[in-house]
Amino acid sequence: MSAAAEETTLGLDHRKLAMWVFLGSEFMFFGAFITAYLLYLNETNGAPGVELFDIPFTSISSFVLLMSSLTMVLAHHAHTQRDMRRMRLWLLATALQGLVFISGQVYEFTKFVNEGLSIYSSPFASAFYVLTGFHGLHVTIGIIILLGLYGMTLSGKVKPDQDVKTEIVGLYWHFVDIIWVLIFVIVYLIPVG
Amino acid sequence: MAQQTATAPDHTPGGGEAVPHDHPTPRLYVQVAAALFVLTAMEFSTYFIEFGALTIPMLVVLMAIKFVMVAGFFMHLKYDTRLFTRLMGTGLLGAVGLYFIALIALAEIPRNVGF
Repeated sequence: MSAAAEETTLGLDHRKLAMWVFLGSEFMFFGAFITAYLLYLNETNGAPGVELFDIPFTSISSFVLLMSSLTMVLAHHAHTQRDMRRMRLWLLATALQGLVFISGQVYEFTKFVNEGLSIYSSPFASAFYVLTGFHGLHVTIGIIILLGLYGMTLSGKVKPDQDVKTEIVGLYWHFVDIIWVLIFVIVYLIPVG
Repeated sequence: MAQQTATAPDHTPGGGEAVPHDHPTPRLYVQVAAALFVLTAMEFSTYFIEFGALTIPMLVVLMAIKFVMVAGFFMHLKYDTRLFTRLMGTGLLGAVGLYFIALIALAEIPRNVGF
């Protein structure tokens, strides 16, 4: 199984190191999609474009996702204090906020499609849906992981002294939030402004 | 900032003795979240207030500050080994580099090629 930090060459928990290597690759992954979006920004082929964006609505989604990072970090802190009840509470709060965010995305995408912006409409539309769709997929996977961690703490598979597991899940969740920090400005605010 | 952190045992490379390091407290996390809230509100204000040529630089700066705050405090990079920061930075550098390479490459392709 995973080696404790003292046993590894670098003195670091190698699960945490692996998560950071993964996140580094994920930055490049999303970088590619953001690049494509920026390069196709004006390729609307006469179909609807950024004028469809509802900035107030998306801003609320952004607030919710940002606050979910707070509850995630509070969950990890509770775990370090061996307060598993509080940890589970904050985990559920994080998952719930993630769910609210995803619901907002689903509503937004449905509205866009109804107004004539589908993934096939133009290169701009395709780039937009692929970028935000993959982000939404990452959030959904994050919610599943959070709920899985919640269940594992109940079943005893994640013990009170294994807070590094919550930290690793937290890293993934914060990454998802940090990508939205970029997407919200680059995709929504700058083009509309 | 030091009074809003608590010491916790840590592991040093090579299996040395535990060395205390600062660990954020919930109070600090809430303060960071409040700051992020304010920064997001400032970003949102650009939708209503016309800042002219300052809009994009302002948004980019606010975005960068939020990025650093989430990475530094919530992802714990401020308190962890610099190796993790370098791993993230490599990914970011790759992403930004990709953008500029694509931009230059596309600028070199004539419009009438039909690409």
